[in-house]
Amino acid sequence: MDIYRELILDHYKHPHNFGHLSKPTATHTLFNSACGDKITMEIQVDKKDIVTDIQFSGEGCAISQASASMLTDLVKGKTKKEILKLTSADIFSLLNTELSVSRVKCAVLPLEVLQKAVTSTV
Amino acid sequence: MNISTTRKDFPILKRRINGKPIVYLDSSATSLKPQYVIDAMTKYYTTYTANVFRGIYTMSEEATAAYENARKRIAKFINAPSEKEIVFTKNTSESLNLLAYTLLPSRITKGDSVVTTIMEHHSNFVPWQQLVTKYGGTLRVWNIQKDGTLNIHDLKKLVDRKTKIVTFTAVSNVLGTITPISEIVKAVKRINPDCLVIADAAQAVPHIPVDVVAWGADAITFSGHKMLGPSGIGVLWMKEALLDILPPFLYGGDMIREVHVKDTLFNDLPHKFEAGTPFIEGAIGLGAAVEYLQKIGMDQVRRHEKEITSYAMKRLLSIPGVTMYGPKNPEIRGGVIAFRLEGVHPHDVAQILDEDNICIRVGYHCAMPLHEFLGVGATCRASFYIYTTKEDIDALVLGIKKVQKMFK
Ligand SMILES: Cc1ncc(COP(=O)(O)O)c(C=O)c1O
Repeated sequence: MDIYRELILDHYKHPHNFGHLSKPTATHTLFNSACGDKITMEIQVDKKDIVTDIQFSGEGCAISQASASMLTDLVKGKTKKEILKLTSADIFSLLNTELSVSRVKCAVLPLEVLQKAVTSTV
Repeated sequence: MNISTTRKDFPILKRRINGKPIVYLDSSATSLKPQYVIDAMTKYYTTYTANVFRGIYTMSEEATAAYENARKRIAKFINAPSEKEIVFTKNTSESLNLLAYTLLPSRITKGDSVVTTIMEHHSNFVPWQQLVTKYGGTLRVWNIQKDGTLNIHDLKKLVDRKTKIVTFTAVSNVLGTITPISEIVKAVKRINPDCLVIADAAQAVPHIPVDVVAWGADAITFSGHKMLGPSGIGVLWMKEALLDILPPFLYGGDMIREVHVKDTLFNDLPHKFEAGTPFIEGAIGLGAAVEYLQKIGMDQVRRHEKEITSYAMKRLLSIPGVTMYGPKNPEIRGGVIAFRLEGVHPHDVAQILDEDNICIRVGYHCAMPLHEFLGVGATCRASFYIYTTKEDIDALVLGIKKVQKMFK
């Protein structure tokens, strides 16, 4: 099936940046109660507003976990401003897979959580 | 009950998606509809479309009679002493909100309590959680035991003289647990005879024989769409004496007897609780659904589902990596199986099953407190009805194996 291409399953089975930071600058958690995803993002932000480290945790489907995994790779070293500019389109191009309407929510949940975490640092 | 003739009554089962038949295992969410129900509703549209209780002309009288006959039939179906006790609502959620909004203001003061259970659907949890505290009371939560059942002895700790309402599901929409209603009612009333007992029967009325007199509860609620009827019609049954003293929930047309500039006299039961033009064809459709179920016989419905559930539990148990929740004993279990597959998120399970048109529900099933209590994330849920076959279960099992292969 197209949606579960190899790269997505890889990220699901071996997610990058999965775990916790010892002293995060900000932490945020969101639920997607329709399907039962739960994602927490912990970020470390330096004085220049750069996200120097990031970890995610929680439970979710292959799509949301892969999305979180790829997203955390992408944003390391980026500024808060750059992160807040990311949109769902960026997530879709990361995942590069066919998403049905009901899966779009799963895909963008990690971004939503991350942006909430970033916003909460100001 | 002959399953292959029954299946012929459901036109949707003829549908093919991508050339494959539909394996519908989500009847707890909503049921499929037999042609009989569709025809009853179409007939209202094609031969006697009219508002009820208003026109002095043939079609309006026909519509009123059909609407009221549906009410009578539903009353009989659950053995209600009077059809005045059948209030049409939108669904179970609205029925439960009606109860919470009309019962609590006059009944709850500081120090009072309401008891609900950890395995409730949100619609029998949130209204109480939100409103009980608003009036200064506390919501007490009755936890389940390891096997997914309630322990009656817990009531000694939960119910006291200041407990005003105990409300619980008759059949859990996640665990399938069938609660021993009459025993609970007796236990509650022994401690506090004035405490009302409410049963959320959304998963009971469609699937097991229901006798409100034998149950002894003060009110029950259910939805038409889960029992072969249309969505948008639901029922509140409540003992007449209680319903009579309850204030109206919504104001408007039909629910009044006299209106003057300074005051209003409300209509008799059950119309006092049915403000505005009701879902006429919905009630008629639900009446037809009840007629259809009566023809099969609720004992037969229950027997079929018990057989399918036992078969499904046995088959699922044989798959390594599958964890099931709820009572193992089919005698106290409705046709619902919640499960998880090790290493695969439920959402992915559902998506891959959907390739073969196998319809299951995944998520929290509107029961987040229960999932938190169980300490699990989302679950997969397969649920059954009169049209479910062993072949459907076999398809599910095959589908699960396919999922496991993909995520190996
Ligand atoms: C046990 C139970 N209670 C209440 C409800 C709510 O029913 P409705 O959505 O029709 O209001 C459901 C159905 O989802 C249910 O299974």
